[in-house]
Amino acid sequence: MTDSKYFTTTKKGEIFELKAELNSDKKEKKKEAVKKVIASMTVGKDVSALFPDVVNCMQTDNLELKKLVYLYLMNYAKSQPDMAIMAVNTFVKDCEDPNPLIRALAVRTMGCIRVDKITEYLCEPLRKCLKDEDPYVRKTAAVCVAKLHDINAQLVEDQGFLDTLKDLISDSNPMVVANAVAALSEIAESHPSSNLLDLNPQSINKLLTALNECTEWGQIFILDCLANYMPKDDREAQSICERVTPRLSHANSAVVLSAVKVLMKFMEMLSKDLDYYGTLLKKLAPPLVTLLSAEPELQYVALRNINLIVQKRPEILKHEMKVFFVKYNDPIYVKLEKLDIMIRLASQANIAQVLAELKEYATEVDVDFVRKAVRAIGRCAIKVEQSAERCVSTLLDLIQTKVNYVVQEAIVVIKDIFRKYPNKYESVIATLCENLDSLDEPEARAAMIWIVGEYAERIDNADELLESFLEGFHDESTQVQLQLLTAIVKLFLKKPTETQELVQQVLSLATQDSDNPDLRDRGYIYWRLLSTDPVAAKEVVLAEKPLISEETDLIEPTLLDELICYIGTLASVYHKPPSAFVEGGRGVVHKSLPPRTASSESAESPETAPTGAPPGEQPDVIPAQGDLLGDLLNLDLGPPVSGPPLATSSVQMGAVDLLGGGLDSLIGGTNFVAPPTAAVPANLGAPIGSGLSDLFDLTSGVGTLSGSYVAPKAVWLPAMKAKGLEISGTFTRQVGSISMDLQLTNKALQVMTDFAIQFNRNSFGLAPAAPLQVHAPLSPNQTVEISLPLSTVGSVMKMEPLNNLQVAVKNNIDVFYFSTLYPLHILFVEDGKMDRQMFLATWKDIPNENEAQFQIRDCPLNAEAASSKLQSSNIFTVAKRNVEGQDMLYQSLKLTNGIWVLAELRIQPGNPSCTAWPSRHCPSWVLLAVLVGGGLWRGFGGGNFRLPVFGCCMSPSLLVPVVQDLELSLKCRAPEVSQHVYQAYETILKN
Amino acid sequence: MIGGLFIYNHKGEVLISRVYRDDIGRNAVDAFRVNVIHARQQVRSPVTNIARTSFFHVKRSNIWLAAVTKQNVNAAMVFEFLYKMCDVMAAYFGKISEENIKNNFVLIYELLDEILDFGYPQNSETGALKTFITQQGIKSQTKEEQSQITSQVTGQIGWRREGIKYRRNELFLDVLESVNLLMSPQGQVLSAHVSGRVVMKSYLSGMPECKFGMNDKIVIEKQGKGTADETSKRCLSGKQSIAIDDCTFHQCVRLSKFDSERSISFIPPDGEFELMRYRTTKDIILPFRVIPLVREVGRTKLEVKVVIKSNFKPSLLAQKIEVRIPTPLNTSGVQVICMKGKAKYKASENAIVWKIKRMAGMKESQISAEIELLPTNDKKKWARPPISMNFEVPFAPSGLKVRYLKVFEPKLNYSDHDVIKWVRYIGRSGIYETRC
Repeated sequence: MTDSKYFTTTKKGEIFELKAELNSDKKEKKKEAVKKVIASMTVGKDVSALFPDVVNCMQTDNLELKKLVYLYLMNYAKSQPDMAIMAVNTFVKDCEDPNPLIRALAVRTMGCIRVDKITEYLCEPLRKCLKDEDPYVRKTAAVCVAKLHDINAQLVEDQGFLDTLKDLISDSNPMVVANAVAALSEIAESHPSSNLLDLNPQSINKLLTALNECTEWGQIFILDCLANYMPKDDREAQSICERVTPRLSHANSAVVLSAVKVLMKFMEMLSKDLDYYGTLLKKLAPPLVTLLSAEPELQYVALRNINLIVQKRPEILKHEMKVFFVKYNDPIYVKLEKLDIMIRLASQANIAQVLAELKEYATEVDVDFVRKAVRAIGRCAIKVEQSAERCVSTLLDLIQTKVNYVVQEAIVVIKDIFRKYPNKYESVIATLCENLDSLDEPEARAAMIWIVGEYAERIDNADELLESFLEGFHDESTQVQLQLLTAIVKLFLKKPTETQELVQQVLSLATQDSDNPDLRDRGYIYWRLLSTDPVAAKEVVLAEKPLISEETDLIEPTLLDELICYIGTLASVYHKPPSAFVEGGRGVVHKSLPPRTASSESAESPETAPTGAPPGEQPDVIPAQGDLLGDLLNLDLGPPVSGPPLATSSVQMGAVDLLGGGLDSLIGGTNFVAPPTAAVPANLGAPIGSGLSDLFDLTSGVGTLSGSYVAPKAVWLPAMKAKGLEISGTFTRQVGSISMDLQLTNKALQVMTDFAIQFNRNSFGLAPAAPLQVHAPLSPNQTVEISLPLSTVGSVMKMEPLNNLQVAVKNNIDVFYFSTLYPLHILFVEDGKMDRQMFLATWKDIPNENEAQFQIRDCPLNAEAASSKLQSSNIFTVAKRNVEGQDMLYQSLKLTNGIWVLAELRIQPGNPSCTAWPSRHCPSWVLLAVLVGGGLWRGFGGGNFRLPVFGCCMSPSLLVPVVQDLELSLKCRAPEVSQHVYQAYETILKN
Repeated sequence: MIGGLFIYNHKGEVLISRVYRDDIGRNAVDAFRVNVIHARQQVRSPVTNIARTSFFHVKRSNIWLAAVTKQNVNAAMVFEFLYKMCDVMAAYFGKISEENIKNNFVLIYELLDEILDFGYPQNSETGALKTFITQQGIKSQTKEEQSQITSQVTGQIGWRREGIKYRRNELFLDVLESVNLLMSPQGQVLSAHVSGRVVMKSYLSGMPECKFGMNDKIVIEKQGKGTADETSKRCLSGKQSIAIDDCTFHQCVRLSKFDSERSISFIPPDGEFELMRYRTTKDIILPFRVIPLVREVGRTKLEVKVVIKSNFKPSLLAQKIEVRIPTPLNTSGVQVICMKGKAKYKASENAIVWKIKRMAGMKESQISAEIELLPTNDKKKWARPPISMNFEVPFAPSGLKVRYLKVFEPKLNYSDHDVIKWVRYIGRSGIYETRC
């Protein structure tokens, strides 16, 4: 018998014919008709008109026919709720059938019909089925509770089904247990607070027993549920791990991955010194490798997960490089993932093999894959220093192939290699220059231009090369334009005599003929710099660049930890938390790894400085983002947005000798032609002026090197308590030294002399570094201001609160005592910037229970502003990331006693559309101001130097988004510090 | 969990559509067709997210199976389920083709109803399913039969029913290995591994308890320590033991027992099943060595010479040997000379295919070819894909040997000696490539 014929009927009047057939007396004909109906339904035809006729066929002892009718019902009941009621009787009757298969079928189907009236009738049969003698019925009923909960959660709770379901966890049949676990887990997801699953050592034990006996799918449900359990200590974690490890040999990859998830999560609680920890690590590698011999789709899922595991625990797979070698016939998605993992595993030990492979891949067919392979070679060069030379020569070989996209990709990575190893491989520049003409991708062109600009002094015809790019300036992408502008300015600063014309040309192209605000802004800045102070310009433009870091596109640690909890699931495939792709509240409970148990951590005392603190002078390391060309002024902060039309910007201004005297010194008297004046603001109107001065206020606050926020003086010792001596004061930190600024007022009637001061022992060993010197006697009503330098070498005693300082002041009258609280940020030292790698390692190393979370309310700052504000108080931004539209700043600071505090600051940028921004690019202004601000603004002679503003007023309130709350998480080995660090943050950010 | 399951033909027409969850609508069916099946470029990922709906797909010949969900499901489970679904369908009606699916759509719906409930996979062992999804109705079942079915479907031993009887108790063991190699042109092994399977076909009465033993290094070393008597030592010294990197087992194997004692014990399903899979990387016998020599003579000519050497006992015969030598896309003509077998240039496959029916061990054979090229102005160099090889040899390249398979059935009166046992070893080429 062939059923395919049912798919072919498409003639008109079909419904009518079907109706007749459905009502036929002959059983066979009826069945045929129902099959036709189902076939039409599958194809997407609307056969709901036949509802009553189909339902009439339900009363039958033919199971096949019954199932077909049920299938129809599940599809159409929702659109015909009134008629669906007709089916209820049959369902209820079927639930009493002696055949367990029929009972189960009825309860299974009823749960799929989302019609309220049917749902009401479902409760009684469901209750019976949950206690049915047959396990097949019970396992079906267990899932049905989840179905019912999806339709009407309240009903399930009212009817007490949840308790019955919980009882099923202790059922004698493993499959019933598994389905009950699955149902409960799903219901619990929509009630994150309720303790539905109520996992405790006893119930865990039951689950682990069922795990050995149930089907492969049941094992997955149970393992996924176990992964949500939090063992009470490391011993329990270990015993669960021991019972889960046998699952690693299961033939079903999903069972293996779910077991890996449980192990990876519970491993977090085990001490690394434990023998078992090492055993477990060894046991994890083989099953992960075996996953790679599964079908390609599963390989892909496995590889995405391995990518996470390699980042979390690189030691597991460090010797398994070979299995990630790409096979010629692998599907492209498998190839790309393997390549990614290869780069992560690359080390000095295996680099030769890896490079040979990568070179092989670079000749393959798929363009994406080839590009990634070329990029990988560059990443190896940056990651494994010893291999850099070979990588460069491999890249040169590839450039010789003249395959266009290979050449372009190679140039992009060579630029990064130059950044990492300056003055080492410049000999290859000549080869690169040969390929100038073939570059047609913006990224490659920008990279090449950067190289030419950076090494202009060694390339004889640098000016010609750059000039050739200049011809089509306006057709280039923003990235290239910005780079070209910078490169030509660099060239000019290096070879001023020959390139004057060129630089003028590019400046005028950038400032007058461009609609792009970023480009114009940068053009003006350069112009101003060049015209005002060429020496400063040199310092800014040719400044030493920070090194780029070796590890790129690592997943941010908190996200990584969360994703580890989702091993095997879609989240681990997408590398995104579920909230990013799941609608509504379902399944978006934030998961985190369990903290290390206290027993293993007790050795660490808060006073000991963390091991391996970075040595004093470390070069700054910033993450090498794809487009971050590392130029100090290359601040391409967002997509190009066309700024306000130029017309509005031409505030009428008189001509001013912009490029006056300053330049003469540089170009030796040649007369520099001033640019057309229209676009150059010189005579700023009052509102602009005030706006600007606000801007300068903003910058000067952060720009001064001494930086730290200073609170206004507060009265510490009122006159009443001290026989007329009033002391008010505050603490400051300036260029590495702490001082106590005191104001002594004599409110008594007699002269005060012989002042002296002494501190009680305190938490950070603060002590006066010099005696209190009041030079002249203090006569009545006289006030004197003294700055008392402090040191941190005094004796230490923990105070409560931590920042309490007890002070004794003596004068010729008496001794007075008072106590004050000092803000913690005066203790933040200047070398508190942690190396990025070290940061990552330390962050992972500090147990999670030491993490403290705070909210800083109503803080109107964006990431840049916050970062620079904090930096001036010696809180250093180690890295910045943007996760789901939020800026995350990773910061470090060090206290005078060597304690490090690591911070993660989460900033949700306000909605730009609701603020009155002149252009979305204003933040780059702020940053520019900050960057150039510190030393240089003042060098320009204050008011003499004005920022070009296009007729729009920028007051500070417009410069920053309307903000919300910042979230701060702090990690420190001495957790008691956190609260005070938080207060310091709040003080700094809000002032 | 899985929200819906669709099966499409190559044109993107729906053959089967079953929706399990309310959040999946009919538009999901079309979304997949438009975005994946009808997409212009090659599939870039087996998981596609379209408008917050995730689609998992696998392809069997030109049939697409897609599972759809809006939740954060266990992705590995979804793919495992799709494969299982294919296995179950194949067990019921053979090859998965458009015709077979249309012919059996009622059966498929019935299966989908049974093996996936609210998106949760249920028992999907064909052995169990075939007892009650028969397309025959249920008239003949007695009460005992019914409860037997349900206890089997849900029970601990869901893969085997009770009361099986055979006049002759017999079992077949196939050790099937595929040997994978990637070799550099200079003959350096870049990577090599064997992935093997032990497939068992059992025709045994009752509920037999089986124990399987092989020359696993860990087991042999353990035993060597325990019982150091002369005979067993002599026995074992002849057979070499092998180091197994990792193995996985059919769900009938007691994993906890393997974990603690490394013994493989199980009650087998009736009929054919895959007992275990394993992987080895050490001391692999590479049955063939390929030595390529490619010379570019000017811009329009290539000379290729390939030597293959067989590397196993001269008494054994390899079969179905095929060497595939890729040729550039701009090949205009090929002349081939080979010592043995037949060689042909297949323009549609861009390769010279050299076939040899049989070849004994420790022999060598050679092919040489001259390839004429059309002059092109294509700048990109020819990627030189590796030379690949197919073959079949009557031994296990990993060196695995079956030591025993003991059968105990305490309730019925047949003993281990009464069972007739057959063992066969087949080594096949997996991805066996030599770069040139």
